[in-house]
Amino acid sequence: MLKYDIIIIGGGPAGLGAAVEAYEKGVKNIVIIERDKYLGGILEQCIHNGFGLQEFKEELTGPEYAQRFIDKVEEYDINVMLETMVLEITPDRIVKAVNSKEGVFTIKAGAIILAMGCRERPRGAIMIPGTRPAGILTAGTAQRYVNMEGYLPGKEIVILGSGDVGLIMARRLTLEGAKVKAVVELMPYSSGLTRNIVQCLEDFNIPLLLSHTVIEIHGKDRVEGVTIAKVDENREPIMETAQYISCDTLILSVGLIPENELSQKAGIELDPITGGPIVNEMLETSVPGIFACGNVLQVHDLVDNVTAEARLAANSAIRFIREGEFGKSNIAVKAGNGIRYVVPQKINVDNIEKRIKFRMRPVNVYNNAMLVVKSGDKYLLRQKRQRLTPGEMIDVNLSKDILKNANLEEGIVFLVEEG
Amino acid sequence: MKEMYDVLIIGAGVVGCSIARELSKYKLKILVVEKGEDVASEGASKANSAILHAGYDPVPGSLKAKLNVRGNEMYDVLCKDLDVPIKRTGSLVAAFSEEEVKELYELFDRGIKNGVKGLSLITKDMVKEIEPHINDTVVAALYAKTAGIICPYGYTIAVAENAAQNGAEFVFNSEVIDIKKNGDFFIVKTHKEEFYSKYVVNAAGLYSDVINNMVGAKPFSVHPRKGEYLILDKDQGYLARTVIFQVPTKMGKGILVSPTVDGNLLIGPTSEDIQDKEFKATTREGLNKAITVAKRSVDKFDVRKTITQFTGLRATPDTEDKDFIIGESDVKGFINAAGIESPGFTAAPAIAEMIRDILKDAGLKLIEKVDFNPKRRPVIRFTELSDEERNKLIKENPAYGRIICRCETVTEGEIIDVIRRPVGAKSLDGVKRRVRAGMGRCQGSFCGPRVVEILARELNISPLEVTKHGRNSNILTAETKKFLLEKAAEVLKKEVYENA
Repeated sequence: MLKYDIIIIGGGPAGLGAAVEAYEKGVKNIVIIERDKYLGGILEQCIHNGFGLQEFKEELTGPEYAQRFIDKVEEYDINVMLETMVLEITPDRIVKAVNSKEGVFTIKAGAIILAMGCRERPRGAIMIPGTRPAGILTAGTAQRYVNMEGYLPGKEIVILGSGDVGLIMARRLTLEGAKVKAVVELMPYSSGLTRNIVQCLEDFNIPLLLSHTVIEIHGKDRVEGVTIAKVDENREPIMETAQYISCDTLILSVGLIPENELSQKAGIELDPITGGPIVNEMLETSVPGIFACGNVLQVHDLVDNVTAEARLAANSAIRFIREGEFGKSNIAVKAGNGIRYVVPQKINVDNIEKRIKFRMRPVNVYNNAMLVVKSGDKYLLRQKRQRLTPGEMIDVNLSKDILKNANLEEGIVFLVEEG
Repeated sequence: MKEMYDVLIIGAGVVGCSIARELSKYKLKILVVEKGEDVASEGASKANSAILHAGYDPVPGSLKAKLNVRGNEMYDVLCKDLDVPIKRTGSLVAAFSEEEVKELYELFDRGIKNGVKGLSLITKDMVKEIEPHINDTVVAALYAKTAGIICPYGYTIAVAENAAQNGAEFVFNSEVIDIKKNGDFFIVKTHKEEFYSKYVVNAAGLYSDVINNMVGAKPFSVHPRKGEYLILDKDQGYLARTVIFQVPTKMGKGILVSPTVDGNLLIGPTSEDIQDKEFKATTREGLNKAITVAKRSVDKFDVRKTITQFTGLRATPDTEDKDFIIGESDVKGFINAAGIESPGFTAAPAIAEMIRDILKDAGLKLIEKVDFNPKRRPVIRFTELSDEERNKLIKENPAYGRIICRCETVTEGEIIDVIRRPVGAKSLDGVKRRVRAGMGRCQGSFCGPRVVEILARELNISPLEVTKHGRNSNILTAETKKFLLEKAAEVLKKEVYENA
């Protein structure tokens, strides 16, 4: 069986970042397995700009951002298998995949980096009653049709959910001549970035209806309209507020789900909140030698953060193939009041060089709140934050010295203190 | 002289297609005329509980009872010949109170009268052994060994395909708008054309009353009884091993919890009499009811794992005995297979035999074909092959090495095959029903654009012409730059006009 030092599953920004980092750190026997026809992943259809402000200190489009890495992959002559689907990974790091050239084959890895990204939540998962006509699609699919295939999926559009892809598509479809009648958001706040709300909706006078949802879809063959209504504090529709909007398309931007079917088959433990693997400070999953980074681990807002995470995963994978297992995690990391989740979910202080970055999301919008890290009753950190919102991921850096004060049995808890 | 068919069947649901296949065993010219764009694309054959009933429920002596039990027995051979997955899971009617236990005895007796084999009344412990995840409140159950699960549209497609292989013809997008008896044959008119046939079989489901009344036979009516369902992710499939019913009511066999042959969990149906034969929407109330009532049987399922919801319309006859309406009408040569509601799917192969005999009694000459082939060309299911088989296949045809649907692992080769087969797929839903591309967790978000591309290429049409389910259900509405140009041209024209 062919053996690679590192097998990277997924050729989007996470996989590309990991491959380039591993190569530059001297591990050259690596391969990227990508199911699509090209590298770059979802970035290839994100033709708007705003990528790379942290990573390259300039504003790039999605394909430009990806190309910087693809150029390096080509320059370094890193192995890439395109149009190749991984069917299975095993806990002893054997990868089974298929493509039309080689058929079904198995390869062995010193370490595996999971970089499969995420998918969009479809209609069924949010239970909108009504008919099942053509013209209901996710924002990402709409983006692919418009930007990659050159077709408009509709002319009069309502968007449900204010995730970033939905906001971007509101602008994109408007620029292509379609009429975006409204963006309807169930929550009292948007789950997208503030800059996208300003640049994609406000600049084009597209109404954002917060605390509203679509309660029925109409139309037999093609969507003919939707009924929307305001929701109460329990997110239940208030029927008296129902109104009909005629449209031929309903675009859904109602959440992203990390794609972990392969991870599950390998017996990797998942975090029910993030939908991604539970990882330690090395971004190693519950199966030794299998690492995760990017949207398969947690859904990010910015690709720059994905790249940073991919670097860490690559360095951890290298350390694993050189030094073997890392030793047990000794501190549990928990999400307390006001915080939905924290990644990593467990750490081993001994493996941290100087400091470690935790990423998390709040459950609600908080203004001028304190972001707090505690171990038992002891405060490890208190930071004032002007604004916390579920649409924007929070970064917290903790130094090794601070973490040494943590009580191993109590673990550490991240929480929000208001007022 | 226009072509003369021996038998024209109206409706390409499971009943119409089963009749077509049964008749294709004989030297006959057969035509199936369907309003929808595909087999099992419009009516109850597409949207039902996906089960084979054992037959303890119908009134003893009724056609429903007789044809249910006979039909159930026929499915093993049929599914083997037609290469359709079937699982004899058995079913439970679970009683959750002593009151309901009494009903079980009654059902058991009825089952015995109907000739159902493998029925037994079992205690709570035995129920829990068969169904570990059923609620602890269960008291006892009626266990029916012969009940099973099957994909209803998958089966209907297979039957139609085999009928076509054996010479039966199909026309789609052809709604029958008039039927006239012209001496010893019928003239059947659609929006597009006319067909001549010596015999007409009415298998038009919910519209079988309209068809019957159109020809001037003794009128009857059929109304829709709506049932709403939810399908949950495969990771919920473990919660039921058999079809779990509750004790039936006047409105039907109640809301069930059942695995599907593909491993998902099915919940439903509700039961509500309505008027509109085209009402196929789900409702908030209906879905909530299905969930609430199903929780009485199994409360562990996670509603957030719902993949999709749908509504099915049962073709409930408004006759006194509520039985199937099967037989030659008072218009000679016009034969009804009408008002086929549950257990219609289970009964379908037996209905086909019965219709054959009725046609024979009505004077149709049945001469067996020596070259009738009961077997459908096997379907390639990539996920079910061994790696050796996969490699052999990919070597012969590299399209089998390209995975198009990630969630259900469906290859390009499989999609092309079902488009090219007899009675092949012509739409996104047609592909989905045949190979499950788009049927999984992401509901076609990733594979949708790829399948559109493959359909356009195979059918030699523009992607703009590709539909979800025929008629005006186009997926795409315009080319991007062209649409802007057209809009700009309109504005210009208006300006020029206003300036003039």
